[in-house]
Amino acid sequence: MAALAINDTPDGRRVLALSGRLDASSIPALWDDAHRALSDAPERPVTVDAGGVDYCDGAGIALLIDLVAHPRPAPVDVANLKPAHEVLYRQFDPARLEHDLDPEPKRAPVIEEIGRASIRLGRDIRGQVSFIGEVVAALANAIVNPASVRWRDVWRICERVGADGLPIIALISFLLGLILAFQSAVPMKRFGAEIFVADLIGLSMVRELGPLMTAILLAGRTGAAFAAEIGTMHVNQEVDALTTMGLDPVRFLVTPRIIATLLMMPLLTLFSILVGMAGGALTMQSFAVPLVTFLKEVDSAVTPTDFMAGFVKTFVFAILIAGVGCLRGLETAAGASAVGDSATRAVVSGIILLVVVDGIFAVVYFVLDI
Amino acid sequence: MDRSEPVIRVENLSAGYDETVILHDINFEVYAGEVFVILGGSGCGKSTLLKHMISLHPPLAGRVLINGSDLTSADDDERRRIMRGFGVMYQSGALFGSMTLLENVRLALEEYTELPPQAIDLIARMKLELVGLDQFTGHLPNEISGGMQKRAAIARAMALDPGILFLDEPSAGLDPITSAALDALIRRLQKTLGVTFVVVTHELASIFAIADRVIMLDKSTQGIIAEGDPHVLRDTSDNPRVRQFFNRQPDLAAA
Repeated sequence: MAALAINDTPDGRRVLALSGRLDASSIPALWDDAHRALSDAPERPVTVDAGGVDYCDGAGIALLIDLVAHPRPAPVDVANLKPAHEVLYRQFDPARLEHDLDPEPKRAPVIEEIGRASIRLGRDIRGQVSFIGEVVAALANAIVNPASVRWRDVWRICERVGADGLPIIALISFLLGLILAFQSAVPMKRFGAEIFVADLIGLSMVRELGPLMTAILLAGRTGAAFAAEIGTMHVNQEVDALTTMGLDPVRFLVTPRIIATLLMMPLLTLFSILVGMAGGALTMQSFAVPLVTFLKEVDSAVTPTDFMAGFVKTFVFAILIAGVGCLRGLETAAGASAVGDSATRAVVSGIILLVVVDGIFAVVYFVLDI
Repeated sequence: MDRSEPVIRVENLSAGYDETVILHDINFEVYAGEVFVILGGSGCGKSTLLKHMISLHPPLAGRVLINGSDLTSADDDERRRIMRGFGVMYQSGALFGSMTLLENVRLALEEYTELPPQAIDLIARMKLELVGLDQFTGHLPNEISGGMQKRAAIARAMALDPGILFLDEPSAGLDPITSAALDALIRRLQKTLGVTFVVVTHELASIFAIADRVIMLDKSTQGIIAEGDPHVLRDTSDNPRVRQFFNRQPDLAAA
């Protein structure tokens, strides 16, 4: 352990005698005392006597340097350092260490932050618009020239988006139908109208909940996966490698993902609607509505127009989810947290866009009386 | 150099991953204050040996003693105590990307010591000055060059003044000038601070510049094929693999 003794000599000097081991575990105890000894008598010149120090590492040297650099009128010097410690001590220039030579910039004023955020937002929107343009061009090119699409990638992504996504979509849709039917059947039974629960389930699943729930699940599952995958490729310079090989990242990475999602999303939605209605039918069994009656009621309530109204949305949702996921991936910055940020942004902006677009669809359908 | 007391002793170490044995029955010692270099061709298990020495992977057999304590059988508290005695610089630097250089160095000091904040700040800046980066304390790792990142990683490894520093490929991916500067830094730290260095490298220039003693690993024998002063090995070894390595001769099959 280290010790500190403070003596004032008759000639007006103050001597701080350090002894023992000066290391990171021993100096916290005497750091404050030593500094107080300096600030208590600012006019006295001080000698730090290190003669009794047996061991001194970087932390000990830091203490000596901090004492020497202490801002006070009278000087501070170090004496009697052992040669081995002297070598360590001489490596540093106390004057140079007085201040951080590269301090972190202070936080900018609020106005400046707002300005920067606005510029970022502007750039973001600009980037999104140009990305939409690139994607449209790439998709048009894919339609004109299907051989240019990397179909092997498309099938691989189809499997991950579609087949691998089936269980979670089945589970959520089944529970949705089950719960929706139960919650509405209980009050409607009081009016003897539980048969109309079939209409409710049929219409809501086909027009609204089937497409939207599938899209939201896909945004969480697939949108995030696209963003993370492309983001990691970006961080590993794989996207740069594509570009320098003369391959367009949009054609190579984005087009197959959008096509795969476009192919899978309607199928998953159909599946979701079917499973949701199965859940509803199961609940209705317990309310003494047989399956045949349920199906007949759905059949009379849901028209092909209703079905198309829901089905058309799925294509738009698919482009939104895959597009936003890929865009966020390509925008990934450097660093460990960047990929996580991209995945989060993909999910959040994906879901916001889905809800907004679904609202627009609702208004358009209302105006067109569909 | 104290020849009598090894700071690291590797005993009958067999290393590998799952079923794959990469190194078999390795024995050697590292003495206080020396620069000890582990060398060998690509894929011979240099980095594997290093990872096992610092206990990132449990060995298949054998043990590693650091300052006399067995790292392989230690419980968590004991392991942490032993691990405070050494610092590691990883091949890519492995600086924390979201922290400035100063924060990277401060981290261990904040977690392990009771020092007041201004003392931690000063010590961290001193470590960065030692590696010549005191003008970059506020920079993020991705804002500085690869050579600087490696120096900053050395500064971070030295934060708690460990007696041993493990460096994995310090000169990989650096130009000869930067690489030579890093070699000089290693030499200077060894001389002034008395730190023991264990360095993994295959850069010939680096080996001759820094090494007091080397061991050479070989893929075919899964073990050590040479041990000693690199200059002596180059001039006198009768092992063809060793001569081939030091004289930069290609494998006939590869040529």
